[in-house]
Amino acid sequence: MTEKIVKEIKQAVGQWIKDVTIKNSQRVYIDIDPAGVREVAKYLWKDRGARYVIATAIDNRTSFEVLHHLSLDREGGAMVSIRSVLDRDNPRMPSLATIIKAANWIEREMNELMGIEFVGHPDMRRLVLSEDWPQGVYPLRKDFNKS
Amino acid sequence: MSDRRIIPIGPYHPLQEEPELFRLEVDGETVVDLDVEMGWNHRGIEKLCETKTYDQVPFVVERICGICSTSHPLAFVQAVEDAGNIEVPERALYIRTIIGELERLHSHLLWVGLAGHFLGYNTVWMWSWKYREPILDICETVTGNRNHYAMMKVGGVRRDILPEHVDYIMSRLPQIEKFVDLVKGAVLDDPVLHARLKGIGVMTAQDIHDYGAVGPTARASGVPGDVRRDDPYAAYGLVDWNVITVPDGDVFAKAVVRVLEMYETIKIIRQCLEKMPAGEIDSKPKMVAPGEGIGHHEAPRGETFHYVRSDGTNRPIRHKVRAPTYMNLPTYRASVVGESITDATIILAAIDPCYCCTERIAVYKHKGDPNEPIMTGDDLVRLSQEKTARLRKEFGL
Repeated sequence: MTEKIVKEIKQAVGQWIKDVTIKNSQRVYIDIDPAGVREVAKYLWKDRGARYVIATAIDNRTSFEVLHHLSLDREGGAMVSIRSVLDRDNPRMPSLATIIKAANWIEREMNELMGIEFVGHPDMRRLVLSEDWPQGVYPLRKDFNKS
Repeated sequence: MSDRRIIPIGPYHPLQEEPELFRLEVDGETVVDLDVEMGWNHRGIEKLCETKTYDQVPFVVERICGICSTSHPLAFVQAVEDAGNIEVPERALYIRTIIGELERLHSHLLWVGLAGHFLGYNTVWMWSWKYREPILDICETVTGNRNHYAMMKVGGVRRDILPEHVDYIMSRLPQIEKFVDLVKGAVLDDPVLHARLKGIGVMTAQDIHDYGAVGPTARASGVPGDVRRDDPYAAYGLVDWNVITVPDGDVFAKAVVRVLEMYETIKIIRQCLEKMPAGEIDSKPKMVAPGEGIGHHEAPRGETFHYVRSDGTNRPIRHKVRAPTYMNLPTYRASVVGESITDATIILAAIDPCYCCTERIAVYKHKGDPNEPIMTGDDLVRLSQEKTARLRKEFGL
């Protein structure tokens, strides 16, 4: 089942896919070219009817990873995470918020907490941080200094 | 000329006793737009969890929310077990299911009570909170606490359910079922509530898909999403139960979903108590292998999602938490715009928002505009209660 889904995903948006890890039948991780995140997410969300769950941003110290998690609720409930690896010095990638409303808040949150720029986001205000929080200080980064 | 103005609700206690700021833009009595301001209650839990060991994190995430206090630990331990491929004994899976369902039962009753209060049905409020007590008694007997059960751990559960407790829970279930009957009658057979709640705050299945809404909010719009069935975990795949969906999408549908779900919950608890095998309750894992894992649990308000990355040490290097209200709150824009301001409270209450779950990071300093007309949550609840009173009069009740 999961192998079949992965095969179909590769057929549809294979030009953006770098690597696929099937961890088990319910968890699939797809490494993509960040430039194609909109196409891959649109295929899963719109054409396949996957539910947009959330995104996770991770600071690896050498790079940033952004994982968009989509759940194939109608097709056995497998969680597909599409991973974009971004440059540590200039983390930016296309925004999904104009396609998927559900991505709006989490992209704002990743922007203020991790400092990742989402190009094309319609409303990049702060979500959880205060107005008086200093610009350019990102509390979820590993090199964030509490003092 | 249109009479447009902005009504801020909050940030202190807009509905439930939690902080959030809503700016409703109203034209006369009709809501035309709104904006939600978060961040009043961020506590930095994701960052904090990176400094805690896998045995400590469940205690931290348990305190994300006081009501769905077992949902976060359950999702977290499942994420760690997924990352490290850790086995869990079958008895522990059943115990996890029982605790999770007891929580759903008392959480749904809490919601029915609050919704009753917002509508001016204070008897419903008092009843459902009174009948919530026997469930909390069960929780206290089994786990030692009315809330914050501290039952989940990586590899199993911390405490067994003793044979005498199995008998005790079994003996209380018929009584609880009767209470649910009572609540069901009070809510679903009341002509005023039909008039008050039907057709307001309607969300379509497309809205649900756009906003990624989960839980009873989605199921009340005919979207049959339920993690317990879609991606079975714990013992949910081993017992027989139904996903409740209602196609209407209005506030009444959300009440129906929650009330009917309580019967399914009782069904699940009963089967788990009967089927629970004897044996170990903890596989006692010694370490978590490097890797990444995802765990999710259908909390009373919808899917709770945890992502964990392990590097082989004793603490996660990244831990992402997403509570159901994070996805459900933005749907307020789809449901409340175009509605009357007297219905704004109950439409928001219908998604059963939980702000402390939704927020997890910083401090906020408010720069309020003293000229803004302030309408407090209390004012809105009063407006809502007055509307119900008017309807009751019209119905001759």
